[in-house]
Amino acid sequence: MFSASDLKKGLKIEIDGAPWVITEFEFCKPGKGTALYRCRMKNMITGIGMEKTYRPTDKIDEPNIEERELDYSYFDGHNYVFSDATTFEEVVVAPDKLGDRAYFLLENSTCNFVIFNGEPIEITLPTFIEKEIVETEPGARGNTATNVMKPAKLDNGFEIQVPLFINQGDIVKIDTRTGAYAERVSKA
Amino acid sequence: MSHLPTIDNLALRSRFLHAVRDYFYRHGFLEVETPVVIPAPAPEEYIESIGAETGFLRTSPELAMKELVCAGAEKIFQIGSAFRAEERGRKHREEFTILEYYAVGWDYRELADFTAKMFASAAITATGRAPLTYQGNTIDLSYVEYVTVDEAFQKYAGVSAFAADADGSFDERMVTKVEPNLGRHGLTFLMDYPAARASLSRLSKRDPRVAERWEIYASGIELGNAFGELTDANEQKQRFDAALQFRAEQGMKPYPEATDFLEALRKGMPECSGCALGVDRLVMLLADAYSIDEVRI
Repeated sequence: MFSASDLKKGLKIEIDGAPWVITEFEFCKPGKGTALYRCRMKNMITGIGMEKTYRPTDKIDEPNIEERELDYSYFDGHNYVFSDATTFEEVVVAPDKLGDRAYFLLENSTCNFVIFNGEPIEITLPTFIEKEIVETEPGARGNTATNVMKPAKLDNGFEIQVPLFINQGDIVKIDTRTGAYAERVSKA
Repeated sequence: MSHLPTIDNLALRSRFLHAVRDYFYRHGFLEVETPVVIPAPAPEEYIESIGAETGFLRTSPELAMKELVCAGAEKIFQIGSAFRAEERGRKHREEFTILEYYAVGWDYRELADFTAKMFASAAITATGRAPLTYQGNTIDLSYVEYVTVDEAFQKYAGVSAFAADADGSFDERMVTKVEPNLGRHGLTFLMDYPAARASLSRLSKRDPRVAERWEIYASGIELGNAFGELTDANEQKQRFDAALQFRAEQGMKPYPEATDFLEALRKGMPECSGCALGVDRLVMLLADAYSIDEVRI
């Protein structure tokens, strides 16, 4: 249990069985009145925001949240399997939890997990990964503009947008948060 | 001391305090200093004191200054630290600076008029400019509006202040709905609090549902509180007793009875009005500071 005076920006709390993170916090005390703790918060699963004001005597549930690092191991045909590098404990993640980011999973790459009541609710991949381009229109020689883009396929079939000078066989760096091309690592 | 204010802000604060003192002296006020360690704080429902070995750190200089008024002082002011436990935020520090003043024979509305003029004058002297810009909003301190608490609640919270007071939602509505709308362009005096929130003010003769109490706002920030002072010793003792009983029921820290003050009141206090302003918040406005930490060491 938290008491109202524990509330602050960044604190994770539980309301009606759901985990919320406080995004804005203000201590208020109207003249001669009671202290009030104004919070703006975000649901850690749905992303929905809300405002809530607490009084000094309020008690707030503490969520069972754990943060840990897990390495991506393999796809078992239905789910993505991650494992703990020290205990070898496996955590299974359904594809809908990852969306398109599943295309950016590299074997043994370490991801950050936020786990609520045993369920992963937030998975953060390494910010940048390197991938080979296996299919794209031939590069326009000498065109180094980075604002004109063309489609390119990765070895797993996923398509990203790359600048015109990128060729098949080039290794590129990709931002896993946005799926955007970041830079060329090496030429074919 | 992890966050020191800039020397520029401290210089602004110094110029402001200089101008404030100058204004009070020019208007015939006597500057006084009363003890910081006191035997008993005013028993208020929601103000927590910090203990000192031989008493309490004052939550405000109110009781001691009123004893001076009872003893014959007619116009007095004081600038000094006050202490309130567990108050910490962008507008709160456990130790903060109060500017408190009393004027015998002044109605609480006259005190409001004086307060607006004093602040506007000292602000221009300290900053050299008007209007002010606070967090992107233009605040013209010569623009003064008066609104009753009930009018403000009807307008901004959609309920009467009396209904909100009765159903326990007064403070929440005040903070979330009403306050953000006060002092948007200049100074707003929020007048005539419901009688249950009279604190140390007297009830209005025109309308006994309300008390002669106002709070002053600029840019949604409460800057101070004032009373047409309650001079009836019996009524004051009843209110103190009720507050002490409330504190006991809520399991809050007990306070000894403020016997010196009640004794002085029994001997007689002249009709007067008094105000306490939060100096740090006034300087925040002048310095366009988001947090009190930017203007107070």
